[in-house]
Amino acid sequence: MTTAPRPSPAAPRRRRVRSVAAPRRAAAAAVVHLLLAGLALAFALPALWLLLAAFDARASARVRLPEAFTLDNFAAVATRDVLFLPIWNSLFICGGAAVVTVAASVLAAYPLSRFGLRFGRPFLYTVLFATGLPLTAIMVPVYSLFVQFGLVDSRWATMLFLAAASLPFGIWLTKNFLDGIPVELEEAAWVDGASARQSLLRLVVPLAAPGLAVVGVFTLVVTWGNFFVPFLLLRSAERIPAAVRIYTFFGQYGQVSYGELAAYSLLYALPVVVLYLVAARSLGGAFNFGGAMKG
Amino acid sequence: MAGETTARRGAPPALRPGPAARVLPLVPALFLLLAFFAGPVLWTVWASFTDAALTGAAAARTDFVGLRNFERLLTDPDVLDATVLTAVFLVGSGVLGQTALGLLLALLMQGRRGWVRGAVGGVVVAAWVLPEVVAGFVWAAFLEREGTLNLLLQAAGAAPQSWLTSLPILAVVLANVWKGTAFSMMAYSAALAEVPVDLKEAARVDGAGPLRVVWHVVLPLLRRTVAATLLLVTLQTVQVFTLIFVMTGGGPGGRSTTLPLLMYREALGFGDIGYGTAVGLALLVVAGLFSAVHLRTLRPEEVR
Repeated sequence: MTTAPRPSPAAPRRRRVRSVAAPRRAAAAAVVHLLLAGLALAFALPALWLLLAAFDARASARVRLPEAFTLDNFAAVATRDVLFLPIWNSLFICGGAAVVTVAASVLAAYPLSRFGLRFGRPFLYTVLFATGLPLTAIMVPVYSLFVQFGLVDSRWATMLFLAAASLPFGIWLTKNFLDGIPVELEEAAWVDGASARQSLLRLVVPLAAPGLAVVGVFTLVVTWGNFFVPFLLLRSAERIPAAVRIYTFFGQYGQVSYGELAAYSLLYALPVVVLYLVAARSLGGAFNFGGAMKG
Repeated sequence: MAGETTARRGAPPALRPGPAARVLPLVPALFLLLAFFAGPVLWTVWASFTDAALTGAAAARTDFVGLRNFERLLTDPDVLDATVLTAVFLVGSGVLGQTALGLLLALLMQGRRGWVRGAVGGVVVAAWVLPEVVAGFVWAAFLEREGTLNLLLQAAGAAPQSWLTSLPILAVVLANVWKGTAFSMMAYSAALAEVPVDLKEAARVDGAGPLRVVWHVVLPLLRRTVAATLLLVTLQTVQVFTLIFVMTGGGPGGRSTTLPLLMYREALGFGDIGYGTAVGLALLVVAGLFSAVHLRTLRPEEVR
């Protein structure tokens, strides 16, 4: 506001401006906090129903404090066919997909990151392009391919398919993490006579562990929540994961037991939500996706 | 960049692993990608030119039908409806809802205390991580005639209605905003953290209020991030199936049948794999274009 620099009156004037602005800034901060609280409440409200209805003996679709606190809803769904078997299938399919994705990603990302391969760049561009392709759009042909090769209702094939679908992002992420590990360490190991396999297993994998954990957790969480893929590729009640079981159990009947639905949802969803939030906190920086989210 | 590359290539050749050791590790990933990803994509292109079916005469013998599926695609009123609904869903939930809300949250959370950011961010991210089926059930309950939204509306004096049948597309748009905002919020938070403080300070010294600083200084710097995030959100939004399938099943009367749901209905509901695949291919081509644009917006040094 002042055009000419006038040293002596500047100091008191600035103090005066600040003293006038201070209550205004406090008011602004209060408005911001109020807005944030409102938004947080709006986001929490639909999910709050899950937490309350699960413990409510007479749960309805509404958010309300349980009239009669109960664990019966959990007991009702905690049977082999409804809960335990589907959860085991989820663990097998999604845990397997996460392990395969991490292993195949680190193997593929290592040469891409270390030895300027001639086809490395086009390969990476293809991988990056593939991360943008919608999985949903190819599921009908995937289904008919599975029919042709007799793979429908195979947990192994579903697991490998989910791993393949997670690979483009996994490779891309892992390569970014590996690029951050100085190659000089490995050169020293090579001088000492280590093979590429040894330097990868003994040096690179331990150093990249936080990054690999991010890839693993991310793959697990995404595949755990995936409904469409197992819904199409798996048929029998013995093999479907929890994501599909919850739909066949609750989605297809007219009259829904809201309490049991909420209890099942919590048992199925809470572990991965907590896993993700804890991993995001403890792995901190690694979880900004190795810069993949930046524009 | 250049220095790093030469350092990487600078290792004495004798010490570097041989060609086999360099390419062999790629084999598992290549196998999986070719068998389960490239294969189906190519198959998509082929099958969309056939009358492949689950049942009936065409199931026994699949014939090449040329462009018939695509002619049908262009003239089918259901496809037009689904395209319009997909566009509404995309613009409403992805472009307007998630972007505006994500940006607002990121701006408000900027510079706040750790626990405030943790609490608000945690709630929003939890919605993002929640499995889609569960999110669908949660929102179906929330928007029920007897649900929570009507409870609030009644308290405010408005008439209750069953949102899932009266305004199905709005219902799924709201649910998807809730589910997806976290991604935009995180992207914009990361970008805001990199806006130089002295630029904002300079504008403030020149007498700009907080809103004008945001509008004239911060937002122009965020343009690249907004463009990249919008592209990724678009790719994510056009393929949403589960949320809509669980909430409305595409109904009532097809009023929330977006392209993925139409694809599912044609291919598995009516057993016309060829036509369903053609719908999928249309989706794939549009998404492929967006994905290619996204690649072009990346700086070359990001793909080394």
